[in-house]
Amino acid sequence: MRLYNLLLRLYPAAFRNEYGEEMRPLFARRRRQAKGFGVLALWLNTVGEIVSNSWLVHVDLLRQDLGFTARVLRRSPGFAVTAIFIVALGIGATTAAFSVTDFVLIRQLPFPEPERLVKLWETTPGYPWMELSPPNYRDWKEAAKSFTSIGAYTFNDVTMTGAGEAQRLTGTSVSADLFPTLGVAPAIGRPFTGDDDRQGAPGTVILAFGFWQSQFAADPNVLGRSLMLDGAPYTVIGVMPRGFHFPASDVQVWTTNRYGPGNYADSERADNYLESVGRLRDGVTLGQAQTELNTIAARLERQYPKENKGTGAVVNSLGEEISDRSRLLLLALSGAAACVLLIACANLANLLLARALGRRRELALRAAMGAGRERLVRQLMTESLVLATAGGALGVGIAMISVPLFAQLVPASLPIAGSPSIDLRVLVFAVVVIVVTGLSFGLAPVLRVGGGPDLNGLREGLRSGGGRKERLRSALVVVEIAASVALLVSAGLLIRALDTVRGIDPGFNPYGVLTLRTELPIPEYRTVAARDAFYTRVRREVEALPGVTSAGFISYLPISSFRGGIWPVSVRGEIDLGIRSANNVASLRFVTPGYFKTMGIPVKRGRDISDADTRDRQLVAVVSESFVKRYWPDEDPIGRHINFALGEREVVGVVGDVRFRGLERASEPQVYLSSAQVNDGAILFYAPRALAVRTAGSPSDLVPAVRQIIRRAEPKLPIFEVQTLEEMMDHETASRAVQARVLVGFAAIAFALAAVGIHGLLSFAVSQRVTEIGVRRALGAQSSDVLLLVLLRGLALAAAGVVPGALAAYLAGRSMEALLAGVAPADPLTLSSAVALSLVMTLLGTLAPTRRALRVDPITALRAE
Amino acid sequence: MGEIDDLLPLPSATFHILIALADGDRHGYAIIQDVEVRTGGELTLSAGTLYRSIQRMLEQGLLVETRDRPAPEDDDERRRYYRITPLGTAVAKAEAKRLTDLIRMARAAGFAPRRA
Repeated sequence: MRLYNLLLRLYPAAFRNEYGEEMRPLFARRRRQAKGFGVLALWLNTVGEIVSNSWLVHVDLLRQDLGFTARVLRRSPGFAVTAIFIVALGIGATTAAFSVTDFVLIRQLPFPEPERLVKLWETTPGYPWMELSPPNYRDWKEAAKSFTSIGAYTFNDVTMTGAGEAQRLTGTSVSADLFPTLGVAPAIGRPFTGDDDRQGAPGTVILAFGFWQSQFAADPNVLGRSLMLDGAPYTVIGVMPRGFHFPASDVQVWTTNRYGPGNYADSERADNYLESVGRLRDGVTLGQAQTELNTIAARLERQYPKENKGTGAVVNSLGEEISDRSRLLLLALSGAAACVLLIACANLANLLLARALGRRRELALRAAMGAGRERLVRQLMTESLVLATAGGALGVGIAMISVPLFAQLVPASLPIAGSPSIDLRVLVFAVVVIVVTGLSFGLAPVLRVGGGPDLNGLREGLRSGGGRKERLRSALVVVEIAASVALLVSAGLLIRALDTVRGIDPGFNPYGVLTLRTELPIPEYRTVAARDAFYTRVRREVEALPGVTSAGFISYLPISSFRGGIWPVSVRGEIDLGIRSANNVASLRFVTPGYFKTMGIPVKRGRDISDADTRDRQLVAVVSESFVKRYWPDEDPIGRHINFALGEREVVGVVGDVRFRGLERASEPQVYLSSAQVNDGAILFYAPRALAVRTAGSPSDLVPAVRQIIRRAEPKLPIFEVQTLEEMMDHETASRAVQARVLVGFAAIAFALAAVGIHGLLSFAVSQRVTEIGVRRALGAQSSDVLLLVLLRGLALAAAGVVPGALAAYLAGRSMEALLAGVAPADPLTLSSAVALSLVMTLLGTLAPTRRALRVDPITALRAE
Repeated sequence: MGEIDDLLPLPSATFHILIALADGDRHGYAIIQDVEVRTGGELTLSAGTLYRSIQRMLEQGLLVETRDRPAPEDDDERRRYYRITPLGTAVAKAEAKRLTDLIRMARAAGFAPRRA
């Protein structure tokens, strides 16, 4: 019988209470009649019967409740629309934020057993993460036992010619064991083998799926075709599967390193450019691998005391390679979204509470007619879940629209596809949030009803909602205000940070400058003379264009896609090229005359590089102010000699500092050399290839003419990264701008919701106190007294919310200090504006209720009593 | 009439319960017994099916619970008695007519034997 009672629990309580007493004896009688196997049959029958019948009863109830809900909501469409809209905002914000956070932070990398993949770095004083040099890479790989395999790669963009216009392709040069380390094989064709990856091997290339589709129309016969990359033939041997992106989402082709003994020579130990990925052996932890590499690095330092001085090893989980800043940014975003959801829930709980109070009579009536507490709870829950579902569906729609904006927050340097989307995972998340939301904001009124049938509800003329519920409702509004203040402050801080970063002087004048990159096809341009002829011709023709004031070439523009490029420097002749450390290097750039003028970089002392600085003359250098400050703090640098970039050079000028590594990063001191003063074939990596053009007109108008000039000068050149300097700067602050925009959006939603919350609470309070206000007025209270009554209430709420809100904002600000670019978490301007705004919000929310209170006519109010 | 039509066709348990209540108020167990006897043991309503049907029939207004108890010696305090309502009677009649019409059509088609 106990089992039977247990089975009866499957029914809704109302049904069980009603009929359980009847069903038990019926079953007992059957049980007595059954014999032998009949007992088993009876039980089997009963279990099946109760399971299916109780389910049907539940469905019946649900249908009833839904029908009732539909009627109730139809009766108050204003309420329904408001509630659905509030849920939609909350769910929309949360879902969109989750889709990005999940995409970047939570989801595992799309490789087999991704938790075993690690990134290896060298570390030297001043550079906590440095790429590996080929000899060190080889030695680590040979010695380390913690890994099943280690692979290496380096960025290697190439120019493809022979198929229409010359094209610059984003490429990566890999070791043959990189793809096996990642655990991914080509979708068609074969992987790289050791034979492809040795010095002198014929060129082979593997295509990215997207590139194969766009460039070769997904032609399976592409295998075996020959492509001209940087002027040499490469045979296509494979296509990687869809969704394989490595190391970043924009890579189009992979080639092999093809290293020989020369690359592994000891002189190369200080040349760090290889990125390395390893796969941990089964059961080996990150810590064990780190310990082993420490030992190996220490041994190598003893072996090569000069080259490997201070060189250590760092092992990171590949999945956690994402920068702290991106992580923080996304966490801040998720926190903000959670705040919006919290506010939305509080708002709804309040709306529903007010409604529950308004419906007290209806609910009391139903209770009096025999509806059990459980039935009423169920009915109310159904209502809130229906609202949550409708709002949630709308919210997912909102999220879908806003994901492209959020997608800009995804760092480009991840081995995952370009952008997040609302997929099944995100939808499951949304459904969970919807259910939890529905249940939690539905809970408030349910707790109210839960107290048992409220017979007071049947009485006429009830006055106020009663102290306890009023406090609950006020508390909810206070939570809303606090959360919205926190959001306002956070958004404010980020805007201030954005302003600060935008206000940072990059060291050049970004307005009115067109920039583009080319890539000189090196075999033809190995000689300085050939390059110089090209630079001079292009500069002369571009400068002849109407509006153009100057033009110049440089190795790599500041704040562009390549920001590295440093070289050891010696100011007293004791150069030691083998040793790297942060305090004896300078950024190296070759420039043509006109570069400084074009960029608006001021020449502070001495002179610019000139056409006369040719190879047969004294080698010259122009250095930045920070260079002077470091090496000759109190001396005149002009005429001094430095040993730099394979030559002794005389300093002829000093220019302003440029933040070539980015607005928010420290940059090394800079040294500029004449593009003509280098040996043929030497330091080709730094041969000028970026062109800057200053114009009095609109820079983008120049694009066709400049393109034409370069095409005429050298048809085989790819032209890419065509943008104005201003666009480049915008790009630099884009993630901040997007982040600020998203947070401002969230704060605006929060702000509006909180205002609605205050409005709702005060309207209700006023309507409950009509009589009281009437009496006061009858007793001679002035309009101003009534005004004060309502206003004070609103201000009290605001005050109660602003203080914890500001505190929460301060804590939030502290935790995202890294994003604030030096703006203090307790920035007074931001805090005071947020407080002022929340006062405005309170006043807005108080407006309508105050008007209503002022219009209370004492006679009518008292007559109603 | 629309209200009645909306309820048709009746679930067979519902129809059997209406039939069982045709000649007087009964409690749950009596209904089960009546159905069992009437169908010659073909149909034994389970408690779950019975009370789920009863609950729905109460909501639809086909039945009412009655407070008129039978003679005290037959009464069992724990038991609830059910009575068919005029609507219940009308619905049962409509269902019977629907079935009769169906049988007539089946006969015309040769699916069922003609009565002698």
